[in-house]
Amino acid sequence: MKLKTLVLAACTTAIVAGSASADLVFPLLDYRTGPYASGGIPFADGYADYLTLLQERDGGIGGEPIRQIPCETGYNTERGVECYESTKGEGALVYQPLSTGITYQLIPKVTADDIPMHTMGYGRTSASNGEVFSHVFNYPANYWDAASGIVNYLLEETGGDLEGKTIALVYHDSSFGAEPIRTLQALGEEHGFTVSLKAVSPPGNEQRSTWLEVRRERPDYVIMWGWGVQNSVAIQEAANIRFPMNNFYGVWWSGSENDVIPAGAGADGYRSVTFHGVGDDYPVYDDIQAHVVDAGLAAGAGDQIGTVLYNRGMYAAMLAAEAVKTAQEIHGVADITPAMMRDGMEALVIDEAKMEALGLPGFGPEFSVSCADHGGPGSSAMAEWDADTQTWSLISDFADPDKDVIGRLVMEDSLAYAAENNIPETRCE
Amino acid sequence: MLYREAGDYKTSYTDDAQTFPIKLDRWWYYAVVFVAFCIVPFVLTDYTVNAIMLPFLIFAIAALGLNILTGYCGQVSLGTGGFMAVGAYATYKLMTAFPDLNIFFIVILSGLITAIVGVLFGLPSLRIKGFYLAVATLAAQFFLVWLFNKVPWFYNNSASGQISAPERTIFGQAVTGPNAEPWVAYLFCLIFVFTLAWLTRNLTRGRIGRSWMAIRDMDIAAEIIGVNPLRTKLSAFAVSSFFIGISGSLFFAVYLGAAEVGEAFGIQKSFLVLFMVIIGGLGSIFGAFAGAAFMVLLPVFLKIFFVDTLGWPTDIAAHINFLIAGGLIVFFLIVEPHGLAALWRTVKEKLRLWPFPH
Repeated sequence: MKLKTLVLAACTTAIVAGSASADLVFPLLDYRTGPYASGGIPFADGYADYLTLLQERDGGIGGEPIRQIPCETGYNTERGVECYESTKGEGALVYQPLSTGITYQLIPKVTADDIPMHTMGYGRTSASNGEVFSHVFNYPANYWDAASGIVNYLLEETGGDLEGKTIALVYHDSSFGAEPIRTLQALGEEHGFTVSLKAVSPPGNEQRSTWLEVRRERPDYVIMWGWGVQNSVAIQEAANIRFPMNNFYGVWWSGSENDVIPAGAGADGYRSVTFHGVGDDYPVYDDIQAHVVDAGLAAGAGDQIGTVLYNRGMYAAMLAAEAVKTAQEIHGVADITPAMMRDGMEALVIDEAKMEALGLPGFGPEFSVSCADHGGPGSSAMAEWDADTQTWSLISDFADPDKDVIGRLVMEDSLAYAAENNIPETRCE
Repeated sequence: MLYREAGDYKTSYTDDAQTFPIKLDRWWYYAVVFVAFCIVPFVLTDYTVNAIMLPFLIFAIAALGLNILTGYCGQVSLGTGGFMAVGAYATYKLMTAFPDLNIFFIVILSGLITAIVGVLFGLPSLRIKGFYLAVATLAAQFFLVWLFNKVPWFYNNSASGQISAPERTIFGQAVTGPNAEPWVAYLFCLIFVFTLAWLTRNLTRGRIGRSWMAIRDMDIAAEIIGVNPLRTKLSAFAVSSFFIGISGSLFFAVYLGAAEVGEAFGIQKSFLVLFMVIIGGLGSIFGAFAGAAFMVLLPVFLKIFFVDTLGWPTDIAAHINFLIAGGLIVFFLIVEPHGLAALWRTVKEKLRLWPFPH
């Protein structure tokens, strides 16, 4: 009996997989387990819910149904490779692994397999040079934009004078955390502040020694590049040593509800840079409520709706869906291939009218992607946490980063990659 | 009935001392080698190679290496991850410094470099034993990971500290990089696995292997009968690190293609390989393969079963996976504390007597 059920189940899966090849396939390389689950779950929920919304409300994209293939990576690169290999044969349109480590693994693979990858706000920053990284996109903002955005905000707050100040960078000791170091050092030379590096070994549940150092050195500002459990531990430790929260800034991966709520009132005033809007005061949430939540189709436990990372996951899915529409227009077919998807991403234009129509007015920046520029404008705003009302709110307008410094570093790093891998820079001519 | 020594006459000493004295074993071994080399390459897909075969083969090399040190020579090591990192970073530096050097020699050279590093960190083994040596090798693990993070020279000053393997070819076929055909990558690793397993077998039944085992069983007695502890222990560290270096090199260059030291070669890798050796069986070559297969394949099969076949949510499947893997490890160790290899030995004993067990 049991064996029969098994065989039946296997056959059904095989038939479904065989007949469904005409769908728009979105692989969900998410993580709902492990030390990074606190960040992975809301993002995965937002991404899946938006795709479910399109499927339920519009019957897919351009009349073509959507199929989601979830695969648990656990933020582990080997699992990530396994997920990639197991899903790419299904016609996966775009990969969004939400892990810088997995991104690095996949960059050469997706390029060889002609599948695009979108690493929104993470991944390899220099991939914004489309000349070298033909299949990797990181619009609308990347790590170095975040570093520059924070420094610009500090400059504004101090009246343009950071001379002689010390900024401590508390970072996840991995390729993710190491990304902003060079940018901060370059900006430090320009504006005369010193950067003090404080590595936290992953996953970061033990940081007492780091914060003792911070307490001893008394830096003027602390910038945190953390993810998962590291964030809440760091904010708790900072509150314990009474470090002023208004001088404590996080990258956008260190600024979600799950990071600040454990520290309670101590986290009040903590700031985090962001590249999209906060809160659930957007018309699209009514649709999500009506078509996804009320229909019982919400991903996960359904308790993350409207949180920062849920918004970001939804934004990532929205940009992917818009790229699908663009690709469908360019090629005139509804059932696009990954290669067409890449063309669609490269020709993507997001303007206010489009976002308004999608129910997300003013949610993110207006931008357009081109062959040479896969990075977008990189504009960011500062959000602050209010522990009383338990909400994030924007305390500044969206502003552009220091493109001179970032552009120089992007060229340097991407050309080094091109030289190492013999990539000619003639693609966009 | 079929599986027995009786009737299998040996007429020379070479015959008598061969690795597989029983005819059925020998045939079985030839068949496995034939299938692995001549049939498997034709049925491989990207998925079977990148998710199953490559990690299995590469971890089998690492497990063989650690088995030499821990299983045959009795020196506990928790530095496997660090030594794999040495192999990987040596490969990266050699690949980028000498673009024309054949990848085959780069892998061998990386193994040799790791052997030198292994000997250096093996020096404390002359003074300390057991748990204390485990702590000393643990220090090697943390030191090496720290070193590869700290010194930008090792990752050619890249912004994020990631190393990535450029494409290298053998006979015009890409072995590393994204354009490598699955069967090329598989055969490349298989050749190393076959050669190194053959080397291990012949080392462990010769003078060197016997001196390792003498040191393992009782070092003072071994010293009295004339086994030089310095040379024996350091040679075990050298050979073991050579193997682990090769596995680290293949792990980075052929399997992952890009790596960062803390994530790919952290302490959890040391434990993973140690578990493989313990579950497989200390001091057994078959055990190294069985342990690697168990630890690599089980999560993949459980995932395929729960998620792809039964359609369970991925997070529940991942948690169940931990439960089952952990439970099975405990179960196997209770039922057979000497590992899967000992289980296999028992089965063979039973088979020899079957069908007349008295």
